[in-house]
Amino acid sequence: MAVKLNALISDSYIDISQYRDQHFRGYRYEQEKLLKQRHTAIIIPPMCNLVHEMFSKSGDVKRIIIGLDKVKKTACGFCFVEYYTRADAEHAMRFVNGTRLDDRIIRTDWDAGFKEGRQYGRGKSGGQVTFLLDRRSLS
Amino acid sequence: MSRRRHSDDSDGGQAHKRRRTSEPIEIEDRLESLICRVGEKSTSSLESNLEGLAGVLEADLPNYKNKILRILCSVARLLPEKLTVYTTLVGLLNARNYNFGGEFVEAMIRQLKETLKNNLYNEAVYLVRFLSDLVNCHVIAAPSMVAMFENFVSVTQEEDVPQVRSDWFVYVVLSCLPWVGKELYEKKDVEMDRLLSQVEGYLKRRLKTHVPMLQVWTAEKPHPQEEYLDCLWAQIQKLKKDRWQERHVLRPYIAFDSVLCEALQHNLPPFTPPGHMPDAQYPMPQVVFRMFDYTDAPEGPVMPGSHSVERFVIEENLHCIIKTHWRERKTCAAQLLSYPGKNKIPLNYHIVEVIFGELFQLPCPPHLDVMYTTLLIELCKLQPGSLPQVLAQATEMLYMRLDTMNTICIDRLINWFSHHLSNFQFRWSWDDWSDCLAVDLDKPKPKFVKEVLEKSMRLSYHQRMVDIVPATFSALVPAEPIFIYKYADESASSLPGYPVSITVGNAIKNRASNEEILTILKDVPNPNQEDDDDEGESFNPLKIDVFLQTLLHLAAKSFSHSFSALAKFHEILKALTDSDEGKLHMLKVVYEAWRNHPQMIAVLVDKLIRTQVVDCAAVANWLFSQDMAHEFTRLFTWEILHSTIRKMNKHVQKIQKELEEAKDKLEKQQHKKKDSGDDEEMDKNSEDEEGQLEEQIERLQEKVESAQSEQKNLFLVIFQRFIMLLTEHLVRCETGSVDVSTPWYKNCIDRLQQIFLMVKPSHTHFFFYCSITALLR
Repeated sequence: MAVKLNALISDSYIDISQYRDQHFRGYRYEQEKLLKQRHTAIIIPPMCNLVHEMFSKSGDVKRIIIGLDKVKKTACGFCFVEYYTRADAEHAMRFVNGTRLDDRIIRTDWDAGFKEGRQYGRGKSGGQVTFLLDRRSLS
Repeated sequence: MSRRRHSDDSDGGQAHKRRRTSEPIEIEDRLESLICRVGEKSTSSLESNLEGLAGVLEADLPNYKNKILRILCSVARLLPEKLTVYTTLVGLLNARNYNFGGEFVEAMIRQLKETLKNNLYNEAVYLVRFLSDLVNCHVIAAPSMVAMFENFVSVTQEEDVPQVRSDWFVYVVLSCLPWVGKELYEKKDVEMDRLLSQVEGYLKRRLKTHVPMLQVWTAEKPHPQEEYLDCLWAQIQKLKKDRWQERHVLRPYIAFDSVLCEALQHNLPPFTPPGHMPDAQYPMPQVVFRMFDYTDAPEGPVMPGSHSVERFVIEENLHCIIKTHWRERKTCAAQLLSYPGKNKIPLNYHIVEVIFGELFQLPCPPHLDVMYTTLLIELCKLQPGSLPQVLAQATEMLYMRLDTMNTICIDRLINWFSHHLSNFQFRWSWDDWSDCLAVDLDKPKPKFVKEVLEKSMRLSYHQRMVDIVPATFSALVPAEPIFIYKYADESASSLPGYPVSITVGNAIKNRASNEEILTILKDVPNPNQEDDDDEGESFNPLKIDVFLQTLLHLAAKSFSHSFSALAKFHEILKALTDSDEGKLHMLKVVYEAWRNHPQMIAVLVDKLIRTQVVDCAAVANWLFSQDMAHEFTRLFTWEILHSTIRKMNKHVQKIQKELEEAKDKLEKQQHKKKDSGDDEEMDKNSEDEEGQLEEQIERLQEKVESAQSEQKNLFLVIFQRFIMLLTEHLVRCETGSVDVSTPWYKNCIDRLQQIFLMVKPSHTHFFFYCSITALLR
C-alpha cells in the first residue's frame, strides 16, 4: 500500500558506468570487470588469488578470468569476475569497487558476459586500452 | 525565416503536448523529492523549510491528496531517523486541514496492521513511534495513545505465546517514551504508572537464558553487556526520575507550538494487537553492545551514560541511518557525520561503537560484513583528522579484551582488521602488542595476531608480512604458502608411489587421455591389500595420493590453474573417490600438499564439493578427524566448515524453490483447463503437460527429500563429533584433575554455538540451544 520512494532508495553504486563494451550488443548481469593499472614487476602471488580473496568478501565467486596481453599472453591489468548470483555481484559493486587491492584502487563495472577472445586486451600493442584508465580518475 | 517559424510552432506545439501528459507524473516525483529532501542543502532553517513545504502540500491536497498520504506514510516507515521532522510536517498540515490529519492517522493504522501481518516488526516500531510523536504535534489525543499502549502491554498477560511476542509489544511502548513520555505523563499519569508497573512485573518474570549466547564478551567489566529490554527499562526509569526531561531529540514542532496547539486532535481508533500466529517471525532478542563510556572520550563533549535515554536515542538514530543508506557508503558516511546535535556529543565515538555493535551482533550482523569495512574507510576519508584516531583506540581496546571475546566475534574482528589494514599499507603499531609474544601461541592474543597476518597475506604477499612486523614477531608470521610435493626429487625415490608419480606426471604433461592415466594408475600398489587379492576396484589410498599430489603440483601456480586441473580430470577424481574412505583420503591429500596455504585448501575443497567429488559429510568428518586436531582452532578450519554448511543449505533451498515453482505451474495449468471449456485437442495437450508436470513434481519431491536427509545427516555428523570431542576433553580433565576451561574448551564451545546458530532455529530451538550452551560454560 505504501509507495516505494525513488528519491530515497538510491543505490547508485550498482549502476552501469559510462564504459560500454563496443563489441557487444546485449547484457547479462552475472559478471563484473575489474580494471587495474599496469603494475611493475615485484614478487607477488598470482593476480587471480588476490582477486579471489577480495571478491569473495561479497559472495561466492564462480570463476575468474584474467585479462591477457594479446601479444605477450601475460596478465595485463584487468579480469572478469563471475558470481553465482546477481545479488553477490551487486554487493561487489557496492563494497569492493573503489577500495584497494595490493595498494591500488580497484575499479569494477558490469560486464556484458564473458566470451572467448574477450580476455585479450585490445590496445594496438596488445596491452590494456589506456583511455579507459584515464576516464577513471583515482579518488 | 518562415522555415524557422514553422519548426518553432511544431516544436512548441509538441513540447506543450508532451508537457501536459507528463505533468502529473512530474508533479508526483517533485512532491516525493520535496518531502524526502526537506531541509537538505538549504540556507534557511529547517522550521522555515517545513512551513514552506506545508504551504505547498496544502495547496496540492485537492489534486494529489492520496499521493501525499502515501508518501508521508512511507517516510514514516522508511526514514525513522527523521521522525520529528515529518511529525512536525503532519502537525502543520493537520492544523491547516483537519480532515487530512484524520485521513493520515487512518492510513497509518492501516499500514501498521499490514506491517504486523507481514512480519515487518522493525518497521512497525517506527510507525508506532511516529504516531506517538504525533501526540506532541497535537494531531493525536494523548488519552487515545495511552489506550493503545495499554492494549500493547496487555499482551504480557497472554498465555502460551512465545516470549519474543510479548517482548516486542513491551519494547514498542518503552521505545516511544523518550519522545512522548512527558506529554503522556502530564495528561494521564495514573494510567501510565499502572502501565509501567505492569511492564516492570513482566520484565522481572521473563526468561533471560539467551543472554550468554548473545554477549560479545563474557566479562562484565569494563562495560556490562546488558539484555536490551533491561537496558531500555533502566533508561526509562532514569528518564522518569528526571521528570521526563529529554534534551537530545530534535523537536521542530516546538517552534510551531502556537500554531499547533490551536489544532484539533484526533483519537486513535481502538487498536487490538493481532493475535499470535504460528508462522509469526518476531524479532530475536538482543544484547546492547557497549565499548565506550565518558572516560574514553576525555576531550570535548561528554558521552551520555549507558542508562541515559540520550544514549538510546542516539544509537537508535545511528542504526536507522545505516539501515537507510547502507547501499551507498559515501552517503551513509556523510549522513552519519552530519547527525543533528553532533556538537553536543562525541559523535565519532558513538558512530564507531554503533558500527562495531552491528558487526559483532550475534547471531548475525544486520548487513554484510564487508559493508562495515568500507563504511569505516569512507568515514576515515571524510574525517581524516579525528576518526582514524578513534578507530585506532577502539582496535586497541578490542585487542586488550580478546581473552573474553566470543570466538565468532574474534573471527569478524580478524577479517575486518586485515581488510582495513590492506587499505592503509598495513601500517600499524605492532610493537604496542608485543605483550602477545610473552604467552603461549594458543592464547587469544597471539592467535589473533597470527590469524590477522595470515588473512593480510591473502591480500598481499608473504615477504610483505615479514616486512611490516618487528623481527620479534617472526613466530607469528605465516608460513610461506608453497606446495609441499611428496615426490619432488630423488630423495623421495624410496617412496612406494614415486615411480608412478613420474609416469603420471609425464602423462599429464603430454596430454594423455583419462583412460591412459587410469591404466597407469593401476600399477600403484595398494598398501591395504594382500598381494594375491585381485580386487582392483577397492579403495587404494596410495593411488589417490600419487595422482592428486602430482596433479596439484603441476597446477600449483594459481587458483585458476588448479581449478582447470580439477575440471579436466574430474572423471578420474570421481573414479578414485567412489567410497567414503576415498573421499576422506582425497581431502587428507589436499591438506598435506597445501597445508602452508589454507586459502588454497579452502578453494579446492569448495570446488570438490561443487563438482560432487566429495560430499559435505566427508568434509565434516575430515575436519573433525584426528589428523586435523592440531588445526581445530585455526580460522580456516571453521571457514571451510561454515562454507560447506552454507552450500548444503543453499542446495536444499534451491530444490525446494524448484519444487514450489513446479507446483505453482501445475496449479495454473489446472486452472487453465477449467476455464478452457470443451476443446478436445486442448484437453489432450493440457493433459500431456499436466502429466509431465506431475512427473517433474514427483522427481523434485524425491530430490528435496534426499537433499533434506543429506542436510540433516551433515548436522548430525557435526553434533556427534562435537559431543565426542567434548566428552573426551571432560574425561581427560577429570582424570588429570585439570581445570576444564582451557582456551581450547572455550573455543570449542563458541564453535558449537556458532553451528547452532546456522541451523536456522525457530524461537523454541534458539532458547534450547541457549540452555545447552549455558550448561557447557
